[in-house]
Amino acid sequence: MKSVKTKKTALRQIRAHWQLYVMMLPAILAILVFSYKPMYGIIIAFKKYSFRQGYWGSPWVGLENFRRLFGSYWFPIILRNTLTLSVLSLVVGFPVPILLALLANELGSEKVKRTFQTVSYAPHFISTVVLCGMVILFTNPSHGIINLLIRAMGGEPVAFMQEQSMFKWVYVLSGVWQGSGWGAIIYFAALSGVDQSLLDAASVDGASRLQKILYVNLPVLVPTIVVMLVLQCGSLLGVGYEKVLLLQNSLNQESSEVISTYVYRMGLVNYDYSFSTAAGLFNSVCNAAVLVVANTVSRRLTNASLW
Amino acid sequence: MKRKHRMKIGLRDRVFLGIVYFVLAVYFLLMLYPLLYVASASFSDPKAVAGGEMVLWPVRPSLSAYRYVFHYKEIWVGYANTVFYTVAGTLINLAVTLPCAYALSRRDLYGRGVLLALFMVTMYVSGGLIPGYLNLNDLGMVNTRWALLLPGAVSVYNLIVARTFFANTIPWELQEAAWLDGCSDAKAFVHIVLPLSAPIVAVLAIYYGVGHWNAYFNAMIYIRDRALYPLQVFLREILTQGQFMAQALQGGAAYTTEEMAVMIKQADTANMIKYAVIVVSAAPMMAVYPFIQKYFTKGVMIGSVKG
Repeated sequence: MKSVKTKKTALRQIRAHWQLYVMMLPAILAILVFSYKPMYGIIIAFKKYSFRQGYWGSPWVGLENFRRLFGSYWFPIILRNTLTLSVLSLVVGFPVPILLALLANELGSEKVKRTFQTVSYAPHFISTVVLCGMVILFTNPSHGIINLLIRAMGGEPVAFMQEQSMFKWVYVLSGVWQGSGWGAIIYFAALSGVDQSLLDAASVDGASRLQKILYVNLPVLVPTIVVMLVLQCGSLLGVGYEKVLLLQNSLNQESSEVISTYVYRMGLVNYDYSFSTAAGLFNSVCNAAVLVVANTVSRRLTNASLW
Repeated sequence: MKRKHRMKIGLRDRVFLGIVYFVLAVYFLLMLYPLLYVASASFSDPKAVAGGEMVLWPVRPSLSAYRYVFHYKEIWVGYANTVFYTVAGTLINLAVTLPCAYALSRRDLYGRGVLLALFMVTMYVSGGLIPGYLNLNDLGMVNTRWALLLPGAVSVYNLIVARTFFANTIPWELQEAAWLDGCSDAKAFVHIVLPLSAPIVAVLAIYYGVGHWNAYFNAMIYIRDRALYPLQVFLREILTQGQFMAQALQGGAAYTTEEMAVMIKQADTANMIKYAVIVVSAAPMMAVYPFIQKYFTKGVMIGSVKG
């Protein structure tokens, strides 16, 4: 009896607000067609897919593609490179925006502060293609400005784009250059919420600037820092292909190939669709697992959670 | 005694502030220098750039690089395409995202939780590269402009940001008054909600617009017809794939002195053109973003509010 009644009110509600559902329709269609429909294509990770036979006609092969992935020459390499790039990005890149926001917050004049912020955002608006183009130009062993500087200081030029050991630094430092100013926005926003009376009280008690930063401003940032850290840890295996593909060449491939670029290469260059889908699936399952673990740890420790 | 302590604090603060200003100044220069260098290099004699003679300001200024660029027809084809993708793509994004975000912001929407979950899931789960590619292939969108306009029609992150904005800033009483006056949901959205939402429309337009302007990957994998390429794909060819020189030299091939001279001259000119191309492609963004940066901060702030 009750359920009939709720059903009736539900119908009545939907009828009364049918326009709202029409307003949602294009977006719902878009995610159904472009996000949900491809999910069903994941089944080809367990098949030997061929264009002619299609999703259903292609024969099942069980876990064969995964077995091939785990046994392949590249598997340990791409796992190691992915972890190297993301851990190094985290260790080097994560503290910079926090430090930047705390220090720039000390700038007295609003005008100076704003100019500083404007310039620090600039690299964010440069496309990945242009960023990588600049990196390649600047690191050129014979005429790149970085090597010209090294030579001016009496050093030997370094072939940054060819040397295996250099790739991670090129990748991480160019990322810090592009992203640190932009990444500081969220901390700037949090700092604008610091209670001025707390700072005044600290001054009356004779706190130095450094002490005010450490004991008033920094604690305000902690919840934001934790959430950002969880998000970053969640993408530990999620190094994207966009930038790596642009910086990659045949000489640095052993240290630049990551899971996502491997998925791209196997799928869209070698047309090994099933194998590539299996590698991609492995990657996203790992990503989801890492995100859940990071979120659980953060909830246990600090009560901050993404969901 | 107390006064002495005060003075010590004052001195320590001044020293600390000095360090802060120094660190920020170094960071400021690191952000700005590469951009200035590219701009100056594009106006300089290529020999001065390659020889390290040009440090900051153009040396023996000339416009010859730009003369090459203006005669490079494909760049302008790419430019026109990018303008089209950015304008058309952003309009589609807004038309799909805003109405849906408004509907999802209505607390009287029946089934809101389920619908929200339907969208949120796609942030964490996706079919991956190959299923996505095969999906667009099945839809007949590969090598058409639609491949760059429709698949990303709604970004769930932006949808949530807009929903949060509508839920928190549009007074509920105002909407109620409109319904009492016989205003339908769609009319209320167009005539009451949208006029009050200029900041969020600006934020979304900028987020989506910058994304379209700077994207290259989807165009690289979905578009084969060069007449449909956006600028970034041409830039990729010019900036990151012109490594023929390096490879030729690496190969240790034996060239005569004249051949080498010709190649070096070509390489210098090529580099000069690269710098000019970077300037031409990044100039619009660099010119526009300082004026809209307040909206960016706003977007990040709205986005960080959970709700």
